[in-house]
Amino acid sequence: MHIAEGFLPPIQCAVWFAASAPFVIHGARAVIAKAKESPENKLLLAAAGAFTFVLSAIKLPSVTGSSSHPTGTGAGAILFGPPVMAFLGTIVLLFQALLLAHGGLTTLGANVFSMAIAGPWAGYGIWKLIRRTSAPAWVGVFFAMAVADLVTYCVTSVQLAIAFPDAASGFAGALTKFLTVFAVTQIPLAVAEGVLGVLLFGFFTRVAAPELLRLGVLKEKEVAHV
Amino acid sequence: MFKRKDWLIGLGLVAIIVVIFVFSFSMAPEPADGEESFGGTDSAVTAILEEQGVEPWFSPIFEPGSGEIESGLFALQAGLGGAILGFALGQLRGRAAARKELATADSD
Repeated sequence: MHIAEGFLPPIQCAVWFAASAPFVIHGARAVIAKAKESPENKLLLAAAGAFTFVLSAIKLPSVTGSSSHPTGTGAGAILFGPPVMAFLGTIVLLFQALLLAHGGLTTLGANVFSMAIAGPWAGYGIWKLIRRTSAPAWVGVFFAMAVADLVTYCVTSVQLAIAFPDAASGFAGALTKFLTVFAVTQIPLAVAEGVLGVLLFGFFTRVAAPELLRLGVLKEKEVAHV
Repeated sequence: MFKRKDWLIGLGLVAIIVVIFVFSFSMAPEPADGEESFGGTDSAVTAILEEQGVEPWFSPIFEPGSGEIESGLFALQAGLGGAILGFALGQLRGRAAARKELATADSD
């Protein structure tokens, strides 16, 4: 999902920067506020940030014969809501842009928008939706993680299609082309990330049940047996 | 979320992840001649754009000199993340254990 350095037209770089900046600033404030609340919050925030840091460094093979990396942004969105991920995700993308020449500074705004904003919000939306049903928590975790991952790559495809519509088939043609590369490759990865998320939250439930209850992630009856 | 401390569920989930990637790896089509198998999607898209004649107007301010250095830096990223994740989860586990001990001490 990293759009390479210098590949978006300057005006679009500026537009994505302008769109992302308020989310990132708001997210930074949210991280500070949540961290001040309790020492356990600090640990959970660190875990959520580190989870994204690890997952976005690992490129995995997919059925399409390409490889791609998961995003891991769903976990923090479930725990603390999507704003914190806008900030934590930006740190990851900045690290990769500066040290790895992966992504870029000019395209940072666009990449932040897809991975640190759109993905977490989509995952959070699905999480909230599933929590309204009687489905067990792990179902919500699975879909939130997988959707956050997949939506990130779809948004990147849209961004690229806006910037470079196909000469013959226009925006729709370009979108199909980029989605074929990004989204299709991402499907098995998103499923695997969902499963990993269930493992992570299974661990959280065992060691941090009171915090999950306080953060409103789990309901009373779901932790009563722990 | 789990009804009881069930290591089997955990193992099962890990097994599912492994199966997904084994399946992906073995079902992937053979790459065309001269193409690297399992190339990154990011570079695939960059290649498409370059084919269309898109020229980058800005180049990275720092580029790892070689693939080796780059993979080292990626490993560093994963290592740092893994260390922090392990520390945070370990701390949470330690706190939970201490809380449990306190609770049993109180009830004695």
